[in-house]
Amino acid sequence: MPEKHDGMDVGYVAKLACIDLTDEEKTLFQGQLDQVLNYVEQLNELDVSNVEPTAHAIPIYNVLRKDEVGSSLNHADVIANAPSAADGHIRVPKIIDQ
Amino acid sequence: MKYEATIGLETHVMQKTNTKMFCSCKYEYGAEPNTHVCPTCLGYPGALPVMNEKAIELICKAGLLLGCEINPYSKWDRKNYFYPDMSKNYQITQADEPLCLGGQITVEVEGELKTFTLERIHQEENAAKNTHVAGASLVDYNRAGTALMEIVSNPCMSSAADALAYMTAIKQIMQYGGISNCDQEKGQMRSDVNVSVRPVGQKELGAKVEIKNMNSFAFIQDAIEYEIDRQISVLESGGTVVQETRGYNPDRGETFTQRTKENAHDYRYFPEPDLMPVKVSKEQIEQWRSELPEMPAQRRVRYVEELGLPEYDAGVLTASMDVSDWFEETMKHTQNAKAVSNFIMGEMLRLLSEQGLTISESRVTPEKLARIIELIDAKTINTGGGKQIFETIFNEGGDPKEIMEAKGLAQVSDDSALEGWADEAIANNPKPVEEYKAGNPASINFLMGQVMKASRGKANPGAVMQMLKQKLDG
Repeated sequence: MPEKHDGMDVGYVAKLACIDLTDEEKTLFQGQLDQVLNYVEQLNELDVSNVEPTAHAIPIYNVLRKDEVGSSLNHADVIANAPSAADGHIRVPKIIDQ
Repeated sequence: MKYEATIGLETHVMQKTNTKMFCSCKYEYGAEPNTHVCPTCLGYPGALPVMNEKAIELICKAGLLLGCEINPYSKWDRKNYFYPDMSKNYQITQADEPLCLGGQITVEVEGELKTFTLERIHQEENAAKNTHVAGASLVDYNRAGTALMEIVSNPCMSSAADALAYMTAIKQIMQYGGISNCDQEKGQMRSDVNVSVRPVGQKELGAKVEIKNMNSFAFIQDAIEYEIDRQISVLESGGTVVQETRGYNPDRGETFTQRTKENAHDYRYFPEPDLMPVKVSKEQIEQWRSELPEMPAQRRVRYVEELGLPEYDAGVLTASMDVSDWFEETMKHTQNAKAVSNFIMGEMLRLLSEQGLTISESRVTPEKLARIIELIDAKTINTGGGKQIFETIFNEGGDPKEIMEAKGLAQVSDDSALEGWADEAIANNPKPVEEYKAGNPASINFLMGQVMKASRGKANPGAVMQMLKQKLDG
């Protein structure tokens, strides 16, 4: 893709990430994001047609563990770390309606 | 106008592992909430996932059982969304390089053999369990991060009956293969159903409606039937079917709008940097293939060809794996396959369903049934007596021989006892005796009935017949 990037809508990305932005912030961050994208765009000058795509930079595969039960956290510690709890559960604002 | 439906299923199956997919917390259904959790499955910053070797083996074996190609290279991706049941705010899954590709199963639907094709099976991690109470939701992370695989069919089915046959076959294969217990009440098998409708002859598919997260086969069947009817009536009244996600309300037998396409999620998939890809060698695949257990279809063939059972019996016995295993266990103690089959299909399944039990809970063990059959085959008891003993053990437990004696079920074969009854029958019924002697062999049956009556059903019919013939012919 040698052409310029299509841009990224800060408002849309912020909405997906559940971040509230003011209009001023949107304008500010849109400019900054465009700069970052333009900078990264330089990578497209490289010819990578002979390089196989990879999900990782290092060629390591199959990092596995045995299916053996290890230790879990202490229940009281888990609950102490939660903002709210009830009946051994972590309590959150009602989530049935999306 | 005539319409046709197109149905595809995404079936989530929880693998039978001891621990979770990416951490060593125990998987245990029904444990106290939030007792099998750790920094990884709670999504604490800095915690790193490590793949469960057994889960990889099980998904690949599931793939082999369903005729998939095992992908020699697969990788992991993050599916991003905000929901409290996924504490990291992303689910680890496989987007473009899943472990299993393609596949198909052939099943019988209403007497017709049909082949349904799969698109893929990918590995992912399960979400936590939510309970909704007044004004709040309660989250139990014990299930979060457990090994969950998703079997994705192609849109290749056209009726609720197709979908039911497909799911039943998947469940059977997963259970026989030791991949999953598929206990739907424990959420170990759940399906999302995609349904669309188009006029017959139209090439492109209609707008797709997804019905999410159903575990009961009966509900899935009802939801599909409702949805097909609903979409047809929308089209017939000149409307357009909206592409959306709907839920199913089993109380009302209806589906309802949950989410339309306009506010559909954008999951922003990207490669999971915390996990290395998986490579599966040809040798490994062959090793796993050699370890695959016998499938129901193979068992059915063996029951018919080697044990001489009718096709019908073979089908009933293999319908669920625990029944089939119980049958096989019994066959270690007896040669009489048909008798075992009759007892299982008759008394056993009837009593289990009446009392809501599973076969593993039956007081009649394979050894005990084999001993009942042995008594029948030796003509010590008749079949009716065998059934009585079976039912007594089923309800109260006990030893077949002791029950036989206690209930006086043993057949009388010894000549001195039979002789008295035979003489009496002959003396009291001169007319049939005369007829028999005059050349009507059927008349002996009346006399036989008299002896059986006198013995209160305990006389051995073979021995009675012999005794009567001896007396009348002699």
